[in-house]
Amino acid sequence: MRAPAASEIAAGEVLLSVENVSLSFGGVHALRDVSFDIRKSEVRAIIGPNGAGKTSMLNVINGFYHPQHGKITFKGKTRDAMRPSEAARGGIARTFQNVALFKGMSALDNIMAGRTLKMKRGFLWQLLRYGPALHEEIENRQRVEEIIDFLEIQAIRKVQVARLPYGLQKRVELGRALAMEPDLLLLDEPMAGMNLEEKEDMSRFIIDVNDHFGTTIALIEHDMGVVMDLSDRVVVLDHGVKIADGTPDEVKKDQAVIDAYLGVAH
Amino acid sequence: MAAEAGAQGHSGAQAQSDTFPKLLVRNARLFANRPALRHKDLGIWQTWSWARLLDEVRAYAVGLNRLGVRRGDSIAIVGANRPKIYASVMAAQTLGAIPVPVYADAVANELAYVLAHAEVKFAAVQDQEQVDKLLSISEQVPNLKTIVYDEPKGLREYDRANLRYIDEVIADGRAAMAADPKIAQWLDGEIAAGKGSDTSIILYTSGTTGQSKGVVLSAKGCINAACDTVAFDKLTDKDEALAYLPIAWVGDHYLNYAQQLIAGFCTACCETSDTAMQDLREIGPTFYFAPPRTFEAMLTRVMIRMEDASFIKRKLFHHFIGVARRHGEKILNGESVPLSGRFAYALGKILVYGPLKNVLGLSRVRVAYTAGEAIGPDLFSFYRSLGMNLKQLYGQTEAFLYVTAQPDGQIYSDTVGPAVPNVDIRIAENGEVLFKSPGQFVGYFKDEAKTREAMTADGYVKTGDAGFFDQKTGHLKIIDRAKDVGKLTDGTLFPPKYIENKLKFFPNIREAVAYGDRHDFVAAMINIDLTAVGSWAERNNVVYGSYQELAAQPLVYDMIAKNVEETNRALAADQTTAGAQIKRFLILHKELDADDGELTRTQKVRRGFIAERYAPLISALYDGSSEAAISTEVTFEDGRKGTMSATLKIRNVATTPPTVEKAA
Repeated sequence: MRAPAASEIAAGEVLLSVENVSLSFGGVHALRDVSFDIRKSEVRAIIGPNGAGKTSMLNVINGFYHPQHGKITFKGKTRDAMRPSEAARGGIARTFQNVALFKGMSALDNIMAGRTLKMKRGFLWQLLRYGPALHEEIENRQRVEEIIDFLEIQAIRKVQVARLPYGLQKRVELGRALAMEPDLLLLDEPMAGMNLEEKEDMSRFIIDVNDHFGTTIALIEHDMGVVMDLSDRVVVLDHGVKIADGTPDEVKKDQAVIDAYLGVAH
Repeated sequence: MAAEAGAQGHSGAQAQSDTFPKLLVRNARLFANRPALRHKDLGIWQTWSWARLLDEVRAYAVGLNRLGVRRGDSIAIVGANRPKIYASVMAAQTLGAIPVPVYADAVANELAYVLAHAEVKFAAVQDQEQVDKLLSISEQVPNLKTIVYDEPKGLREYDRANLRYIDEVIADGRAAMAADPKIAQWLDGEIAAGKGSDTSIILYTSGTTGQSKGVVLSAKGCINAACDTVAFDKLTDKDEALAYLPIAWVGDHYLNYAQQLIAGFCTACCETSDTAMQDLREIGPTFYFAPPRTFEAMLTRVMIRMEDASFIKRKLFHHFIGVARRHGEKILNGESVPLSGRFAYALGKILVYGPLKNVLGLSRVRVAYTAGEAIGPDLFSFYRSLGMNLKQLYGQTEAFLYVTAQPDGQIYSDTVGPAVPNVDIRIAENGEVLFKSPGQFVGYFKDEAKTREAMTADGYVKTGDAGFFDQKTGHLKIIDRAKDVGKLTDGTLFPPKYIENKLKFFPNIREAVAYGDRHDFVAAMINIDLTAVGSWAERNNVVYGSYQELAAQPLVYDMIAKNVEETNRALAADQTTAGAQIKRFLILHKELDADDGELTRTQKVRRGFIAERYAPLISALYDGSSEAAISTEVTFEDGRKGTMSATLKIRNVATTPPTVEKAA
């Protein structure tokens, strides 16, 4: 009954596929008959002009929106609707276009929050902070510290996130998503509003995550330079319709893409 | 028991151990399980005992030897203060190879120069960033064969042919030693074969005056110099220091390596360079060195936080800081203080000084030093009044750090102390300070001409600094670089650094560059301190988006003008400097930066270079115009370049007539 774990899917095999998905809000068609797949261990970019349906697509993938048509197959299991909590349990983590952290908590606590699903002990045990619950906390803290080390945010470990600059908040958010040890990581504009140096740092972290943990990544990004450098394959949406799909080089040469997007942006 | 052994160890050190590897062997025997190095890994402090350190270094040395490292080879060391970076230095020395530490933040070109000049064959580096940098300059460093690295992150896909993970090198060495007991014997032989006259390390100067030079230091010289100062400050294996300064700087090699190995104390490596202040608090070192700017930044932070504190806390703080200013230093110096003063100070210690020092991580400090730049008298006495034994020293790479140091109880903010034991100081006719010391350098690497230039005929080293012995205290006073002391057109003495330091003592001013040599009057270019002025702007509803915008604010100009006027008043008080008052100044549109070549890697201003780069500003300062346009090239951290242009305002400031007051 159980869906195969991500580890049972070899790198390069299809991890998630989206088939003929359509989503509309009243008369607005956010997505129209979109199909594509994400293969294990790749960096997959979803690009397109404003209002193309990119964020809607991510919301469909992690179960926040329920498409009217089409199906989604994740780790070999097909379903047409699931709750975000199920998606999280299934191994999908994400970051948001507008940072969504617990502003009053420290960077460390925020990333610890990402481990919630890995903690098995109940509320009372954790309240006692004794025996197995303590053991579990130490184990999870260790994982969190590895992420802090990985993202080089040791200096802000105990700083309340509301006091951090935007670029660092984005990094903490990535840390929280990583803490879930996801099979599929969805990044919604990880570099929006960053300066050049922050963008380069973030690009390096995304490559490192993909390289080091073998995490499959689907990202939405506006900076074409970043997209072309980072991703293995790119899917292009325009007005909710898929207009191109392929390697960055193929997409760059595609006339429909140039007309819809690159021709205007560059 | 360990302390006893330690004390015996010192006296014996000079006799038997003439190289650092021999000292390491001695320490592993004497201090065995006492801590040698600490490092924060995944948020938890991990400790390496002396025995473990020796074990790791031996295996590492064998591993390096199997990679081809031989006696006399030079090895570049590039990275932050981490146990395996220090172990790399030790492992290299164990094999009789020569470590060449390089500033980790050096851009690729600077790195290429040093590595090529030192003919390095190997490099031990911290992480991917440094590996990338080395690979990018590999054509300019043809001798470089193998790079070993400490942090594997991001390096998995790299070509492994000439790249090794340090842990693998150590494991390889350990396996080899286990398989063949003769290797351990061979290694003992290598350690014993090291001589005191061998080159222990080559430290490249930061390049305050042009291209950096490789200062060759002998093992015997290093050890003798460090033995003297360990005894001078009574350092033992019970002490603990925090390593956070660049490893390529003589100070770090002296304080956290040479003195550590001789005294047997524990060096704690900061987690990252950004966490140094938190690590300071967690470790609570007993022996602490920081340049004046670190103490200044610490004080600025405290003052800003106190401004935001509640009314009662603020009152309490200011009241007891006042008490400390009146009595603190006297108590520390053992002078007489009225009983009421002692009582108030004791109360302050419980309520303010103790908690404050604890927050800063300075509660356990027994000996603290500052050097490198002049320290503001207010700043200096602030820390001393809290009961911290802060002292000054004067030294340079060519001396293996110490030339002078203040002994306990003889502390003045404007002197650097008398010569340390076994050091001989002489003042040349032109005012230049000359010295002869046990730790003095052998010569500049591959540069006979410069070596000869830096020495007198009778073997004294020219420091290049102008100074004199204070009549009253007998301490040395340093005024400026000998060649920088200039004259105005009317013949008035112009010591630029002296003036710049007076300006920098104001919290709002981060950096200042004074000009006046062969000009009619003194003019200054100023960098504001973004933390202090930014906090002021926030409290006064001054809106700004960047450093450039804040620096151009008329209100900021007003504030800085007041500081300059006050500086003029101070200059007017002394007859020799009264003529060198600042008549005009401007605030620069960007912060001076080492990446742009405006500062050295040790953050000293390069006046000549700045004069060239900002030539239009200098001419505007002297031609009476009220503003000047400037466009400069800036270098980003990744080496790309961009331009920055601005129109800067120039202000005139009032000068004070010379006030040669008689003591009232």
